[in-house]
Amino acid sequence: MKKYFAFLLSAVILMLASLSGCGYEYAELELRGTYDKSLEGTELTVYNWGEYLSLGEDGAIHVNKEFEKLTGIKVNYITFTSNETMYSQLKAGGTHYDIIIPSDYMIQQLINENMLQKIDMSKISNYDLIKDDYKKLYFDPNDEYSVPFNVGMVGVIYNKELTGGEIEHSWNVLWDEKFKDKVLNFDNPRDAFMTAQMILGQDLNTTDKADWDAAAELLKEGKSNLQAYVMDEIFNKMETGVAAIAPYYAGDYLTMKEVNPDLEFFYPDEGTNIFVDSICIPNNAENYDAALMYINFLLEPDIATANAEYLGYASPNTAVIENEDYAYYQNEILYPAEEDMPKVQYYHALDSETTKYYEDLWMEVKLY
Amino acid sequence: MKILSRIYIALIILFLYAPIAVMVLFSFNSSSSVWVFEGFSAKWYSELAMDDSMLTALRHTLIIAALSAVISTVLGTAAAVGISAMRNRIAKKLVMSVTQIPMMNADIVTGISLMLLFIFIGRLIGLREYLGFHTVLIAHITFNLPYVILSILPKLRQLDPHLSEAALDLGCTPLKAFFKVVVPSISTGIVTGFIMAFTLSLDDFVISQFTYGTYQTLPTFIYSMTKRSVKPDVYALSTIIFVTVFVLLILYNILQSKSEKKRTETKSY
Repeated sequence: MKKYFAFLLSAVILMLASLSGCGYEYAELELRGTYDKSLEGTELTVYNWGEYLSLGEDGAIHVNKEFEKLTGIKVNYITFTSNETMYSQLKAGGTHYDIIIPSDYMIQQLINENMLQKIDMSKISNYDLIKDDYKKLYFDPNDEYSVPFNVGMVGVIYNKELTGGEIEHSWNVLWDEKFKDKVLNFDNPRDAFMTAQMILGQDLNTTDKADWDAAAELLKEGKSNLQAYVMDEIFNKMETGVAAIAPYYAGDYLTMKEVNPDLEFFYPDEGTNIFVDSICIPNNAENYDAALMYINFLLEPDIATANAEYLGYASPNTAVIENEDYAYYQNEILYPAEEDMPKVQYYHALDSETTKYYEDLWMEVKLY
Repeated sequence: MKILSRIYIALIILFLYAPIAVMVLFSFNSSSSVWVFEGFSAKWYSELAMDDSMLTALRHTLIIAALSAVISTVLGTAAAVGISAMRNRIAKKLVMSVTQIPMMNADIVTGISLMLLFIFIGRLIGLREYLGFHTVLIAHITFNLPYVILSILPKLRQLDPHLSEAALDLGCTPLKAFFKVVVPSISTGIVTGFIMAFTLSLDDFVISQFTYGTYQTLPTFIYSMTKRSVKPDVYALSTIIFVTVFVLLILYNILQSKSEKKRTETKSY
């Protein structure tokens, strides 16, 4: 009878294991770049944020499968949950990644530590599609190491039923006692401090300890108003009306709004944080040429549009922005008109002393 | 009194199974909300069948679980037999404690120290690429081993040592005696150890997180979704895994009780 059991178990395992993306229909892609099978049989390891790529959901394009079909290169796709996790994996060594997609300040840090290699832009024929605003960014002033993948800004999401209509377009609403216990804030130090730093009119990348102290004081003050520090729980809390006000990424607001139409959004007048996630090739990449091909493929209009629609974040790709069939074409939240554009600041990589200082302050705030 | 104890049991079962019941229910929800049940649909199951990055992670997890369970069962059985045959009591105690330490050790310590070891050895022998399938497998075998050993040792203690001596007397070679006499009598321990190893490996997160390199397993894959939001096809997958394990356990119990019945019948002859 143990034999039966072992047999049953292995049968079930085999069945589950052989289940794999059945029924994906390849799309007919119109391609700008040229792709060939010269690297057929090689492998490409892509290390990206979780849920950051269109992989055939709801009939959308499966980016990796299309790339595999086109080039014969096998994509080994793995995911991380934060820049810091990615960084520690990369730093620890013992493995290689051919493509990574970190955010701005992390790219700055990786360049400083000599962990990225230059991208041969002459091979990225679709690079001309990147909007000029997203070229020559502070972390890569000569456009040598990174190709922008998506862009986002932080704003405030609120439930107009619970707040009783329109509210002041300011970070102050998070401190407003009218909304006691209905307010959420980020559960990571940099973003949470940002909300306070904006009210205080600080530079987000200040190295002045007094600035960080003041921001921490303000966060402590706001804590009595706060329901919780959250990350992805925000989706449920806002969608179901458990919380009324929360800062989060504009792209994610659009996802929440689909579930709960009472949700509204604004960019605070004091300004906000903007981020860019860009595609990079680490120093220890093993399949550099395939990586170049993959980057060019991600910039293809059809692929970039599918990704932008899946992700819901803004795209730096003009072929997406100007595509009238794009689901978020001229969406005023993702692509505010020039006069509505909030004042934005990027995060920069801070020196280790400042990082340690604000992280300690953050622990104090959380335990307050 | 009886009513109280019934209520008590009902409460415990409720606490144990309510979360699973809720997950199963919401895996059939037609929207992605986990608050409002908007209608019955198998949408997330078909989504899951399409989601091949998740299925790849699942396949990795199953391969690692199966292989690490088999290997650690074989190694663990040999180790348990060796330990129980040790004559020097102090040495035996020592070996037992050494085996148990990894179980008491926090996962995070095991994970980090394994990662450091892999990186150290990898650099020492000049490999460029080492965190991946092999390191996850070795890590899982490492934390599975003590559990297998501990589930087999009591069976060996119950075993009459004269049994295998009798087999030897009757002309068995030591190897044959081991497979024909010892293994069958400790087989329940071996199976328990195997199942334990399999499930431990299946849901390990912490140790895998430090050692997976480029071979991502399901728990680490699901964790990477937490920046955005965990999709309901994860509930669908968890439901399938739960139902599979549940059905297997029921089958196992039925088969076991049948074979026990058979055994008592043969004994009464």
